[in-house]
Amino acid sequence: MTMFELEFMQRALIAGLLTGLSAPAIGTYLVQRRLSLMGDGIGHIAITGVALGLLTGTAPVLTAVLVAIAGATAIELVRARGKASGDVALALLFYGGIAGGVLLIGLAGQGAATLNTYLFGSLTTVSPSDLYVVVGLAVAVLVVAIGLGPQLFAVCQDEEFARVTGLRVQLLNLLIAVMAAVTVTVAMRTVGLLLVSALMVVPVATAQQFTRSFRSTFLTACALGVTACLAGIITSYNANVAPGATIVVLALAGFVVAAIAGTLVRRRRGVLAPLPDEEPEIGVPVPAPHVVSSAHQHAHDPKCGHPAVEHGDHVDYVHDGHLHAAHGDHWDEH
Amino acid sequence: MTPPNTAEPAVQVADLSVDLGGRLVLRGVDLQIRRGEVVAVLGTNGSGKSTLIRTIVGLLPAARGEVNLFGTPVRRFRQWNRIGYVPQRITAAGGVPATVAEVVSSGLLSKRRLFRPLKTAERAAVDEALEIVDMAGQRKDGVAELSGGQQQRVLIARALVSDPELLILDEPTAGVDLASQGIFAGAIRERVARGTTVVMVSHDLGPMDALIDRSIVLRRGRIVYDGAPHASQTHAHVHPHGSIQDEPGWLS
Ligand SMILES: Nc1ncnc2c1ncn2[C@@H]1O[C@H](COP(=O)(O)OP(=O)(O)OP(=O)(O)O)[C@@H](O)[C@H]1O
Ligand SMILES: [Mg+2]
Ligand SMILES: [Zn+2]
Ligand SMILES: [Zn+2]
Ligand SMILES: [Zn+2]
Ligand SMILES: [Zn+2]
Repeated sequence: MTMFELEFMQRALIAGLLTGLSAPAIGTYLVQRRLSLMGDGIGHIAITGVALGLLTGTAPVLTAVLVAIAGATAIELVRARGKASGDVALALLFYGGIAGGVLLIGLAGQGAATLNTYLFGSLTTVSPSDLYVVVGLAVAVLVVAIGLGPQLFAVCQDEEFARVTGLRVQLLNLLIAVMAAVTVTVAMRTVGLLLVSALMVVPVATAQQFTRSFRSTFLTACALGVTACLAGIITSYNANVAPGATIVVLALAGFVVAAIAGTLVRRRRGVLAPLPDEEPEIGVPVPAPHVVSSAHQHAHDPKCGHPAVEHGDHVDYVHDGHLHAAHGDHWDEH
Repeated sequence: MTPPNTAEPAVQVADLSVDLGGRLVLRGVDLQIRRGEVVAVLGTNGSGKSTLIRTIVGLLPAARGEVNLFGTPVRRFRQWNRIGYVPQRITAAGGVPATVAEVVSSGLLSKRRLFRPLKTAERAAVDEALEIVDMAGQRKDGVAELSGGQQQRVLIARALVSDPELLILDEPTAGVDLASQGIFAGAIRERVARGTTVVMVSHDLGPMDALIDRSIVLRRGRIVYDGAPHASQTHAHVHPHGSIQDEPGWLS
């Protein structure tokens, strides 16, 4: 029996495929906003969610998604306030999340082994009902990440400009935070809560070695994420180690290779195609001999009564049979 | 949309005070900009020009007074497709590469519905806006790899792409070379001829100079001059008959 016939492996691979797509998709927006570590913070907070699920006997995926969304909303609100104390508030939230989670899991009578499956992923623990939740959440994240792409791009690129185009910036920011929280939960069984952020950020960094546009970065990062996830899961099965570790190690190896190749490619491109001459000489007006109108007593403007004539890139005023043009603090004869 | 009431000024600012970090950065500013006017906002660094602009577009709250855009208080204003804005900026780049065309097309979002791809007409508008700032050949280049002046030209194109009725520009041509400033001034002139209103902050109007109908000078958060353009600028010495403070428009 090959590993692809094992039902738990099929489930793990489906979960891996969706994780590989959604983590870099939302990660691209986080990196663009320079919030690369947000996924890490949410991952810490989600540990408490998992613990609550184990303690109360509800599905940890559900409690984790709820706690992660609550945590992500809190992070976003603190960030939007932009207060200096916000930094400390975030640290409290992160460490509170991880410490609370470990404490509650202990209280629930579960050992380190259970905790590890959530922290670093586990192939055998994706239950069929988990899979439905994961598929539903991942599809929702992807629909939003792609469908609202232009709006999310604008908000992440230049928040002030986005506000002046009438986008609901606060709502979109919150949406990004919630999507990040959902993605953390989706990725929990595959890469685990401690490594999920790597899968959000590393494929984006790798893609950037070769891409110029946001769109191609997004698509390349998703392709890299899927590749790392599927290859990592297969490696993890064969080597019998936690899939989170193999996935992230593969993603990082990809980054190293891309960074070296990217440097070489750029160097070669630079040698083959030196910068084109910036200013093509055609179309640039030849500087005219500079004649200053002596003792000019009058400041021309469009309403001064002297006829205005366009002259290349500026306006001349007809004045006593001369053409006068503004130049800095004086008037030129043209 | 109902035809706009042309009597409404494009911008109306009444008794505006703005508080930043506990300090009154604008104090009792009154300003009315009629449709079709081209107004330069001048003043030294830190005099409050950007604060005024950012309050007009609703990015900063007013501590006192109010701002109306086309007759609607800015808090309730929703027709953002009528406004084109160029923020005062050092860079157009984010944490992920983006092309010139991608950045410019975000200027169309005020007209775009959610979950809709870019239409052909919108693509053409992006190309046209890039043509205006003389960047059409670089539409596929990454913005992070452009020079500062080229990035500034991308931001100008982003504001022009939706063909707005009111252009609010905070030092749009800072770092832009003279040839491109001339092209930009030409584009603005053509829009002004069609009735576009322009409010522009600048330290060096360059080729835009001839287009200005009126200038406003800010000093420590107050308007100290509001009147004809030339008397307020360095051209003052072409009026040898007196000190610039005697010109009509200087407010005490
Ligand atoms: N976030 C802030 N908190 C407190 N004070 C601020 C803040 N932003 C600006 N200021 C102050 O407000 C004043 C006006 O700033 P503003 O940016 O409007 O100046 P400006 O006229 O645009 O100058 P520049 O020519 O340099 O662009 C400055 O003195 C500045 O110190
Ligand atoms: Mg400014
Ligand atoms: Zn004249
Ligand atoms: Zn003259
Ligand atoms: Zn001269
Ligand atoms: Zn001339």
